[in-house]
Amino acid sequence: MKIYATYNIKGGVGKTTTAVNLAYLSAAESGLRTVLWDLDPQAAASFMFRVKPRVKGGGKALIRGKRPLDDAIKGTDFDNLDLVPADFTYRNMDLLLDNVGGSGHKGSSHKLSKLLAPLAAEYDVVFLDCPPSISLVSENVLHAADVIVVPLIPTTLSLRTLDQLTEFVDGFHGQHPEVLAFFSMVDRRKKLHREITESLPSERKDVAATVIPYLSLVEKMSVERAPITVFSPRSSAARAYRALWSEIRARTE
Amino acid sequence: MTPGLAAFIATDNGGQTWDDVVAEVLAALARGFAVVPERDATSGARRRTWFDTFDWRLYRAGLTLQYAAARRGGELRLSSAEAPGDVVQPVSGWRASYSHPLRDLPDGQVADRITSLVAPRALLPTATASGVDTVRRLLNDDGKTVARLLVESLTVTTGGHEPLPPRLTITEVRGYPGQARRAVRIVEDIPGIRPATEPVLVDALRAVGRRPGDYSSKVNARITAGMPAAEAAAVILLRLLDIIEANVPGVLRDTDIEFLHDLRVAVRRTRSALKLFGDALLAPLAARGSALTADDLARFAAEFKWVGDLTTPTRDLDVHLLDFEETAQALLAAKPDDLEPFRAYLAQRRLREFRALTRGLRSSRFVNLMRDWRQRLTTIRDASKRPARGATGRSGRTSSAAGETAGTLAAQRTRRAFHKVAKRGAAITPASPHESLHDLRKRCKELRYALEFFAPLLLPAGYAAVLSDLKRLQDCLGEFQDTEVQIGEIRALATNMLAAGEAPAVTLLAMGEVTAGLAARQQRARADFERRFAAFAGEDGRRRMALLLRGGSE
Repeated sequence: MKIYATYNIKGGVGKTTTAVNLAYLSAAESGLRTVLWDLDPQAAASFMFRVKPRVKGGGKALIRGKRPLDDAIKGTDFDNLDLVPADFTYRNMDLLLDNVGGSGHKGSSHKLSKLLAPLAAEYDVVFLDCPPSISLVSENVLHAADVIVVPLIPTTLSLRTLDQLTEFVDGFHGQHPEVLAFFSMVDRRKKLHREITESLPSERKDVAATVIPYLSLVEKMSVERAPITVFSPRSSAARAYRALWSEIRARTE
Repeated sequence: MTPGLAAFIATDNGGQTWDDVVAEVLAALARGFAVVPERDATSGARRRTWFDTFDWRLYRAGLTLQYAAARRGGELRLSSAEAPGDVVQPVSGWRASYSHPLRDLPDGQVADRITSLVAPRALLPTATASGVDTVRRLLNDDGKTVARLLVESLTVTTGGHEPLPPRLTITEVRGYPGQARRAVRIVEDIPGIRPATEPVLVDALRAVGRRPGDYSSKVNARITAGMPAAEAAAVILLRLLDIIEANVPGVLRDTDIEFLHDLRVAVRRTRSALKLFGDALLAPLAARGSALTADDLARFAAEFKWVGDLTTPTRDLDVHLLDFEETAQALLAAKPDDLEPFRAYLAQRRLREFRALTRGLRSSRFVNLMRDWRQRLTTIRDASKRPARGATGRSGRTSSAAGETAGTLAAQRTRRAFHKVAKRGAAITPASPHESLHDLRKRCKELRYALEFFAPLLLPAGYAAVLSDLKRLQDCLGEFQDTEVQIGEIRALATNMLAAGEAPAVTLLAMGEVTAGLAARQQRARADFERRFAAFAGEDGRRRMALLLRGGSE
């Protein structure tokens, strides 16, 4: 089972859009049994799949192990793709994780990994859609993931955040996840966007060559409430996400 | 798609067609959900062929195997009545109208599940149907799919063109069980809808006048204790004749080696039956002129011996070849490859013997035997049903004076067979010659057949225990004799191979090791005999047998 997390400290960079589209491609086009966990209390991924953002017993029951993660899973409209919905109580997940930690910091930062382990029998791929922050939740996600997919808006500042993240992950004991960033919401009319997206992927190993352009179709996802490849399979946006998924798979095999 | 929660069949309902009933289902569901077509529904007709072994091994294990051709190759889909989720395996070069030996099935998930169950049988097409599957999604207020409705409209194309009633299945979407149950409740309330209790395969077979499990090598004769003995004897023998005839085409086509095995067992059973109760066919009907004479009986017995002998060489070689891999792998000193010339020699011999066998089974001698035997048995069975003149009492029931009943025949003949086993077995000592054990094996076989022929008339309570102890004793005696026979055969084959200049030294050495292994197995079987015999025919065994036979004599 391979675990991908879409993560960035900043909000509004395309994390959920990426998680939803890549999870769909993993299931529908790569034929992998896939589950997406919407960890963001804003519940955008759950909304896109038309699943009510509610988990019986809330985040507390899941984190404390009173209710197996398996119980919370909902089938999406698509074969091979399931979802663990968001719940408003996830906003307190930091506290919950801290409380159940037990054996110090390590216990609380690895809780998510433990919760995900039983899913290996049923799924080939897990996607974690994270809320934007640096918190115990994100630390858990970084420990649980095999690959961290980082959407970046092409600015100098966002590159600094990528460096901080890489440094943080490199400091992990034992296994640490691969970090792979890509440029998202790229506006070819902006000079800075053009310069950064043209030069950086060749200079840095941790930046993908595929670029996701700023397209109104991406925004339409929240109207259609479906992945782009479902409602507009031949669009340039769909092609871009397909290319991104192929590149991520090829680079992290 | 997740497995079906509930399946239904649309039936003709007071002038409504099947399509009307389906339309009503859709209209009713539309009152509770938004009903929309599946997004990426593939259109066009789909053809599927069901496969099973001749003796329905998959069906009996609760499995259904379906083959569907696709643009590139095709796929096999294995469904289980108990476990949800189908197992699918792509295959190439399969043809829906052909039988396929297991070697046609490449490694894969389906092969993993069925190989040990099916071997050494081949997979045969049982029915073919084509049709359209339509999937509709049932949506909640958020436009989320919460269940699906699958409508399968099939037409059986095996031997004609027979449309089947549409089958409707509600499937659940994970996490929405309540919604799927609601859909089921809506569907089941619609007039003209009934629950589908059997797999589609059963409907498809019914449409062509078949049913799954319509062949079994078991005797399962329909006899009752009150039946005249002659009728019961004829019914049992007719059933055995059915088994023989059912297997002839498979033997001639060499579909798999079990056809010949089943045919041989039925022939052996026929010969044992003639010995055990052949006389029951003679006496009671003599007055009507429809009975067999003792000479006729002897002639038929001799003819069935001829059939048995005809089949022996091919079967012996089948057994050698079947066990070959295992034998080769078990060699300690020699290498498995050393035996290759032996395998080639066996295969060549088998080809020759098989030709002789098919000539025999196509001969007028065999064809006439089958025809005459059926005619005689049918006459006896039908005549026995009619009470003889003067033999009917006031109650209208056949009086005992008209002859023995099946019940008394069963008890008497089974008891006699048991006593023979008990007496001959008890006389065997460690010093007894091999022949005495071989002879006991034959008596055990007769007793086993008697128990099988008369099974419906024996008390079921102790039947399984008696049969299982007898089976263990037979296995022990079988191992003892078969190993001896195989040693003799390998020696003879080695001599022939040497004479024909086809025996490299390493092969002969390897064959020597094989015979040594067989001899060791024979010794183990001999050492086990006393224990096995005591378990079956000791004091407890006798008591159990006496109890069992009470069912027949009452």
